[in-house]
Amino acid sequence: MATDYVIAKQVSKHFGHQQVLNQIDLTLPAGMIYGLIGPSGAGKTTLIKSILGMEAVDSGTVKVMDTVMPNRAVMAQVGYMAQSDALYETLTARENLTLFGQLMSVPKIKLAQMIDYAAGLVDLTSQLDKRVSGYSGGMKRRLSLAIALIQDPQLLILDEPTVGIDPELRQQIWTELNKLKDTGKSMLVTTHVMDEAERCDYLMLIRHGIALAEGTPAALKQQYAVDTIEQVFLKAGRMQDANDGNR
Amino acid sequence: MRMMAIVRRVFKQMLRDKRTLALMFLAPLLIMTLMYFLFQNNTTQLASLGVHHVDQSVVNVIDTKNVTIHHYDSSQARKMIKQHDLDGYLTQKNGQLTITYSNSNPTNTSLIKASLQSGLVKLKMKTLVTVTKKQRAALESQQAALKKLTAAQTQATVTKLKTAIAQAQARGDQATAEKLQKQLKQATATTSSSTQSAKATSYTTKSHYIYGSSDSTFFESFLPAFLGFFVFFFVFLISGVSLLNERTTGTLSRLLATPIRRSEIIMGYLIGYGGFAIIQTVLTVVFTITVFKIHLVGSIWLVFLTNLLLALVALTLGIFISTFANSEFQMIQFIPLIVVPQIFFAGLVPVDGMASWLQAIAHIMPLYYGANALTAVVTKGAGLGDIGVNLLILVGFMVVLTMLNIVGMKRYRKV
Repeated sequence: MATDYVIAKQVSKHFGHQQVLNQIDLTLPAGMIYGLIGPSGAGKTTLIKSILGMEAVDSGTVKVMDTVMPNRAVMAQVGYMAQSDALYETLTARENLTLFGQLMSVPKIKLAQMIDYAAGLVDLTSQLDKRVSGYSGGMKRRLSLAIALIQDPQLLILDEPTVGIDPELRQQIWTELNKLKDTGKSMLVTTHVMDEAERCDYLMLIRHGIALAEGTPAALKQQYAVDTIEQVFLKAGRMQDANDGNR
Repeated sequence: MRMMAIVRRVFKQMLRDKRTLALMFLAPLLIMTLMYFLFQNNTTQLASLGVHHVDQSVVNVIDTKNVTIHHYDSSQARKMIKQHDLDGYLTQKNGQLTITYSNSNPTNTSLIKASLQSGLVKLKMKTLVTVTKKQRAALESQQAALKKLTAAQTQATVTKLKTAIAQAQARGDQATAEKLQKQLKQATATTSSSTQSAKATSYTTKSHYIYGSSDSTFFESFLPAFLGFFVFFFVFLISGVSLLNERTTGTLSRLLATPIRRSEIIMGYLIGYGGFAIIQTVLTVVFTITVFKIHLVGSIWLVFLTNLLLALVALTLGIFISTFANSEFQMIQFIPLIVVPQIFFAGLVPVDGMASWLQAIAHIMPLYYGANALTAVVTKGAGLGDIGVNLLILVGFMVVLTMLNIVGMKRYRKV
């Protein structure tokens, strides 16, 4: 069993003339929370979709669970939470969870138990039989997270998981993510909330499709000689702009 | 397993959406009821005709149940038509009849035209009959005169013969008397020859109908094509919009982040919405048969089968077209482009009589094949063998569109 859940090598991708990803290397071992930070349009979501195998890459390779992506079967081992809440609003939360559980091949006898587990984790147990159309933005976000957890995957890919969630619940969710990490699961999380970035074990800064810097939060702060990740981000960005200007 | 999860989801979503359900199941019944009453009584159309100085005999024959006659004192047809909102105006100068049509409604024009023509024919017949009657009377009087003459002649011969016989007997000449007796018999026999007059044969008609009956209406010939059209239209719209929603809300992309096959999504849609199409078909067909007492000549199962195939084509077409739309509004824009033209080729206008390039267009329309098959089954009792080719072509449409849809989903996931 390989200890690296995700190995991406020299991944490049362009849409038209725009280079969205430029030779990105990413390795995600077991038991780690890996943060992708960067401004909107930096290429975070494209990188995630390339890892999932939904987007074809121009060059480079992506391996998930030792399998070259894109590969349909491997998708069952990855819990995915999209940036926008892709939920069936006319169905109840339980029906949404059931549907995705079935699609993820959760055995019938385990399904009810998994729904209770996932709903409990995001504090939606009492609202399970309400239709999603009556949910608030935060509740929808939590349901999306519960759906990502429905098959108890080893690898979770979470695109902006805490947008629209109140601080109290955000705290709870991070506690849960850390618990999951302790059981050997790995998470690839995108965010542009800097205090969340501090909670990751390892960070990659992406801007204009280029991996500007990577390392543990502490190492990054030391490297750029600043106090916060926010300042690391700003400083790295200015250096990139300066380099572009020199060209 | 995964496909059935999609089917169950489609069913749940549809059952929750009461408005869409009502549209799919009740709207066809409502439209059909309206059409039933609209096309049922199309014989009571009335045309109004103004007349000025026309012989009463002419007016009498034109006055039918479809034309109402109004008498006016002006010979200015144009003015009178406009003033009194008439469909036609008839004037007479000596033997010359002049008619002016408003022609704002061609049906009324032809109504007047028909009654005028049949009226004039009737009139001609009448004069012909009176002439014949006169001739016959003359003939009869001549015949009577002739009869009188022959009677007189015979009488003369008879008396002559009788005296001759008497003379012969008196003479004792037996042979001559017998010969004369024979002649007398002959002479009297000719007078009793009957006068037979020829009687004119009068014809009566008795009608037989191979399909339908004497009270078949326009509605009944329309009906099969419309049965197909309703299913096609609603299934196209509902499946197209729902897949579009999946795309715009991101659920399609989310579905494709699971190990589901692209074909399982499409097949799930086919089974899910196909189920509702079957219910819709059964409802509309049973409704028309029981409520309107429509005579279904062929097998009801063939009607269901044809409609199901038509629904599946509409489903795959709707899904396919939805990939070219970015919103529900844009999806609606495809209706006049894709759906409405099909109704012209569904048999309302006979395709055989169209220009050849129009006929070519008809042959790329799924509804052409579906409606043809339905009409054949409902009105002529066609069997599976007769409509087999049409059904196969529908299957072909479905297979090709399904393939295109499955390939088209590669846009959202590469495998």
